[in-house]
Amino acid sequence: MKILVGIKRVIDFSVRVQVKKDGSGVNTDGVKLSINPFDEIALEEALRIREKGMQAEVVAVSIGPAEVQQQLRTALAMGVDRAVLVETGEVLQPLMVARIFHELTKRENADLVILGKQAIDDDCNQTGQMLAALWDRPQATFASKVELKDKTLTVTREVDAGLETISVDLPAVVTTDLRLNTPRFVKMPDIMKARSKPLQTLKLDDLGVAKAPELEITNYAPPPQRVGGKKVADVPALISALKERGVL
Amino acid sequence: MQIQREIMTYDVVIVGAGPAGLACAIRLKQLKPESRVCLLEKGSMVGAHILSGCVMEPAPLDELLPDWRKTPPAICVPAAKDEFVLLTKNRRIKLPTPPQMRNRGNVIISLGSLCAWLAQQAEALDVEVFPGFPAAAPLIENGKVIGVRCGDMGLNKDGTPGPNFAAGVDIHAAVTVLAEGCRGSVSKQLIHEFKLNAECSPQTYGIGFKELWQLPAGRVKPGYVQHSVGWPLDSKPYGGSFLYHLDQDRMYVGFVAGLDYEDPEFKPFEAFQQFKHHPSVKPLLEGGEIISAGSRALIEGGLQSLPKLEMPGALLVGDAAGTMNVPKIKGTHMALRSGMLAAEHLVEHGSSEGFDARWRASPSARELHKVRNIRPGFHKGLWSGLLYAALETVTLGKLPWTLKNHADWKSLNKLGERAPETEDYVTRTLPPKDRLSSVFFAATRHDEHQPAHLKVPDTNICVGRCATEYDNPCTRFCPVQVYEMVEENGVKRLQINAANCVHCKTCDIKDPYENILWTTPEGGSGPNYQNL
Repeated sequence: MKILVGIKRVIDFSVRVQVKKDGSGVNTDGVKLSINPFDEIALEEALRIREKGMQAEVVAVSIGPAEVQQQLRTALAMGVDRAVLVETGEVLQPLMVARIFHELTKRENADLVILGKQAIDDDCNQTGQMLAALWDRPQATFASKVELKDKTLTVTREVDAGLETISVDLPAVVTTDLRLNTPRFVKMPDIMKARSKPLQTLKLDDLGVAKAPELEITNYAPPPQRVGGKKVADVPALISALKERGVL
Repeated sequence: MQIQREIMTYDVVIVGAGPAGLACAIRLKQLKPESRVCLLEKGSMVGAHILSGCVMEPAPLDELLPDWRKTPPAICVPAAKDEFVLLTKNRRIKLPTPPQMRNRGNVIISLGSLCAWLAQQAEALDVEVFPGFPAAAPLIENGKVIGVRCGDMGLNKDGTPGPNFAAGVDIHAAVTVLAEGCRGSVSKQLIHEFKLNAECSPQTYGIGFKELWQLPAGRVKPGYVQHSVGWPLDSKPYGGSFLYHLDQDRMYVGFVAGLDYEDPEFKPFEAFQQFKHHPSVKPLLEGGEIISAGSRALIEGGLQSLPKLEMPGALLVGDAAGTMNVPKIKGTHMALRSGMLAAEHLVEHGSSEGFDARWRASPSARELHKVRNIRPGFHKGLWSGLLYAALETVTLGKLPWTLKNHADWKSLNKLGERAPETEDYVTRTLPPKDRLSSVFFAATRHDEHQPAHLKVPDTNICVGRCATEYDNPCTRFCPVQVYEMVEENGVKRLQINAANCVHCKTCDIKDPYENILWTTPEGGSGPNYQNL
């Protein structure tokens, strides 16, 4: 079987994101970029499925400029068999990304696509669902446990009401939640080995995917600054302060 | 438990991707492309742990990579005008700029982004660069350094292997080049092990702070360089500030205090923040915002504190040894040069033997010799220091004597040995509010599951002698409030907030009982500086 894993390069979670003064985007100059944490979990899960003895090829896919190869090399060092970069300078939006993955599932004849439930930069949480719809295959989103048996996946999902367990037939789309696993550390000898693993580059234009952005971003703004609290001396002062604000 | 470790073998392993290590790696591959070079870096990416002024003398970089100006690193602004000033609480008095501090022809850079840029050049030459992999300990066999052991990943808090444990690899190499920067943890072990400092003066250090500001349009004059002495320091401690105007309405603001200060109640972080509120500085910064900030110890001992630069199987370069030129307030050109010289030496001789003599016969050593008495001249305070600096300068370093340095951990006065200082500090309004909020600007991170990488072997000293003798100075000299004395049920204890650490090494240097040991945390931990 073949497993495709999507990885997106995002501003590292430890970085303090700064919005550009003109509102045109966020500052990425000298900023640490890494694999979206949910996608790292997706990578780990694919590797674990393969390591459980399943005959599987794991392919990491990313979309973006040539520099994204760095993150794909990390995926190769973690243990994926090969990597595909869809090279483009376009702004990535969920529907376009889903279309690209749909095209790749056909080209690669994929049985399973594992994606992060969302990327920590735009927090869209849409790509997996859109891909399932385009592909017309089942989806198991927000997975916190995945078991594969005879072309059927049993997936525990984290939903508002608690945990929900569903089974889906392959081919299918899984999106990962935080508690699914803890990704492994990359080892130095594996970084060396990753240098000789195949990394294929496709041009977005060659995929025949519509890339016109559906969403127009008009402005970026930082969240409003929190105003500090105020200490009051006693209960009557508290009551009058609350009354002042019209809360009481 | 016996841990199985893989071994990787190289011709040369270089510890630390700063200017010295990168220059050494690049030069090695330029001179001998077939050599296998491994470059280890503890930061999550090259440049993440680099913090420096920095107005660089470009000559060594011109020599290493003559075309560097065609694709310059992210921040690179030619120095245009120098001013050297004395600050009093309310005044700014212009002084003549000392000749060492004239910057015509130099460039203001971010050393972090220069290193990231150099790492790309190194990788293009097939240097194997490993960010996120610290060298935790040297490997010594039969009195010879045979390589380094990388740090383990995925240890539990108690030091036992966790579920994702990955044992650090042993790197074996014919030569190990230590380029860890000031107070490198492996370098420190090796200097001790091979008694490399037996014949030199004790090393002396400073603590430096730096912030990158984005300011309202029109305030910066690109290329303007100001250094100051004086307020908020009184005339006794060594130190001063810098303001470097960049392009795109950005400015570097920084402050350095000598770690040979005597007052146990002194707070270096507060002194920096006070400097920012000087009437000549505050109007520049008001309304702006901090992009990135951090702190780092710097090495100030100069020639007389320089250890022997070689030992069997290994050598020291850059500030791991201490090649910084303090009166110039510059170390990058010296670090680049010593890295390059090390590479040339290794290609010609194949071993570390003879490197110490070679460096001491080089122009770098002559440069340090000329200014050797300036920093120790400040031991008696600012005025004698400035006079000494003038004397050393007019005599071109030909004074027939060399002043000694003293170990910083011994310099604190005990409580009661000195009259309490009267601080006339102002109320601060500029960010960061306090040390904890400054951690935020350093984007520092340590996985909380790992063992604390700051070791205090004897915590009885903290609650006992240190509390009564020095009032626990670690709670003040640490720039990010790693150390706190907390009281629970009437019992005091030391709390170590290791996750805040920005790897400045001040605690390892300044603790008056040498009771704090800085070790490497999990790879990729620590600050993520942005263009510092």
